[in-house]
Amino acid sequence: MSKQYETVIGLEVHVELATKTKIFCSCSTAFGGAPNTHTCPVCTGMPGSLPVLNKKVVEYAAAVGLATNCTITQNCKFDRKNYFYPDNPQNYQISQLYLPICRNGSVEIETEEGKKTIGIHEIHMEEDAGKLVHDEWEGVSLVDYNRSGVPLIEIVSEPDMRSAEEVIAYLEKLRMLIQYLGASDCKLQEGSMRADVNLSVREVGATEFGTRTEMKNLNSFKAIARAIEGERARQIDLIESGEKVVQETRRWDDTKEYSYAMRSKEDAQDYRYFPEPDLVPIVISDEWLDEIRAAQPEFRDEKKARYQKEYDLPEYDADIITGHKKLADLFEATTALCKKPKKVSNWLMGETMRLMKEQSVEPEDLKFSPGNLAKLIELADAGTINGNVAKEVFEKIFAEDIDPDQYVEEHGLKTVNDEGALRSTIEQVIRDNPQSVDDYHNGKEKAIGFLVGQTMKAMKGKANPAMVNQILKELL
Amino acid sequence: MANTISDETIEYVGILAKLELSDEEKENAKKDMESMLDYIDKLNELDTTGVEPMSHVFPVQNVFREDVVENGDGSSATLANAPESRDNAFVVPVTVEA
Repeated sequence: MSKQYETVIGLEVHVELATKTKIFCSCSTAFGGAPNTHTCPVCTGMPGSLPVLNKKVVEYAAAVGLATNCTITQNCKFDRKNYFYPDNPQNYQISQLYLPICRNGSVEIETEEGKKTIGIHEIHMEEDAGKLVHDEWEGVSLVDYNRSGVPLIEIVSEPDMRSAEEVIAYLEKLRMLIQYLGASDCKLQEGSMRADVNLSVREVGATEFGTRTEMKNLNSFKAIARAIEGERARQIDLIESGEKVVQETRRWDDTKEYSYAMRSKEDAQDYRYFPEPDLVPIVISDEWLDEIRAAQPEFRDEKKARYQKEYDLPEYDADIITGHKKLADLFEATTALCKKPKKVSNWLMGETMRLMKEQSVEPEDLKFSPGNLAKLIELADAGTINGNVAKEVFEKIFAEDIDPDQYVEEHGLKTVNDEGALRSTIEQVIRDNPQSVDDYHNGKEKAIGFLVGQTMKAMKGKANPAMVNQILKELL
Repeated sequence: MANTISDETIEYVGILAKLELSDEEKENAKKDMESMLDYIDKLNELDTTGVEPMSHVFPVQNVFREDVVENGDGSSATLANAPESRDNAFVVPVTVEA
């Protein structure tokens, strides 16, 4: 009988904080500036420059710690991690090794197998590195330090996960908590949330961990799931063929669906950490911690309960809408304008999610404004446009955030409620389709559908469907 | 001198610091490091029972900045130190890890 293996996974998640400025200098953190425009002597590691800590970084980090049930280290400090790489102009990264700001936390995840608690070993604050663009043709790398010094928190989990499904559930939970806090937008594709996967396998029932590898370069949930499956299979193959798993860092190539060894952790991974002498200790008083705690927003469970109570939403709706901060924000803002919570929820869960799925749009990338959705709901509710036209207009709102009042006016999309005009169109349709009329009279109920369709076509989709049906039956 | 730095240690420290040392420089560095370690041993003779460990020499804490952008485009000053630059970026030998 072949052996059964268990996968043991721990994650290191880096999250870029949503501050306006870098962690140790007042350079902008805006994404996408021309190379090196957001730089100064501090974030390019010039001798004699002096870092000064951004207070907001401490507050965001502590807020994430509180939201993940961590103990906050009220006396903490920074350390230097020394290594040479061109993305790191100081030749050290300012990070936290000895006294990370948060420790011993946990989050609860839910998968098809039920609820499970994932431990959080620690959360520490650190600075991001610059960006390298490789020009293999010329044999050079181009270095942009705009990202150098952007604040990060690194959330280190315990090795508590056993499957790709649990890993995704854990990441989604972290992303939701952090987005609710407003501490980061957590976009995997843009790198504001990055996950390194530490994975080992062992025989089911074993108590010792196997040798682990660390995988980097995972920038989507799908890539993470594929990398976990791929690495699990690779390690089991090694063990079955009597070889050893080597402790190393591997780079996942998602197009080839294989990971490659980057560097062995055994040699030259000596970071010679020591206390950062340029930064003074951080003392988070009880009062300050209370302020951070008091500023925590309403999280999903509270929001879900409130939506059911305050807006009379079904539990199913409340659950889906609160599943993402952006959807919840859109729901609240749109409802405040049109006062029709169930209609807003229907548009978000129906057409919005259909288009998101169809076009692979993440909730945080939704661009339309609550005002335009509220206007559309009013137009449809007042019968100014019919259901099909409303869906068509919504696609425009979803894509370009157009003003539906103006759009409906300019494109002549108002429902025709003019009975005289409808009647004459229908009379023409009846004259043009004697076969269908005969079919209808011979008991083919379906024939009426064809005639409705022809009428709608003649009216360019703008007729009031109830009126069309009524007049047709009358004339037939 | 109580402390001895081995050839392996000086070789390893050289690799970590990305320094190529001549044999003479290695010998000098060994002597320097040995005397530094001896000095630390001397400090360790002091009885520090009951003294709180400190992480910084100044009795100062919580020096912060508010989160306000004050720096403008720093690229020309930053790139003034670049031995070679292109498209507003530093040019360095290719560093793809494989």
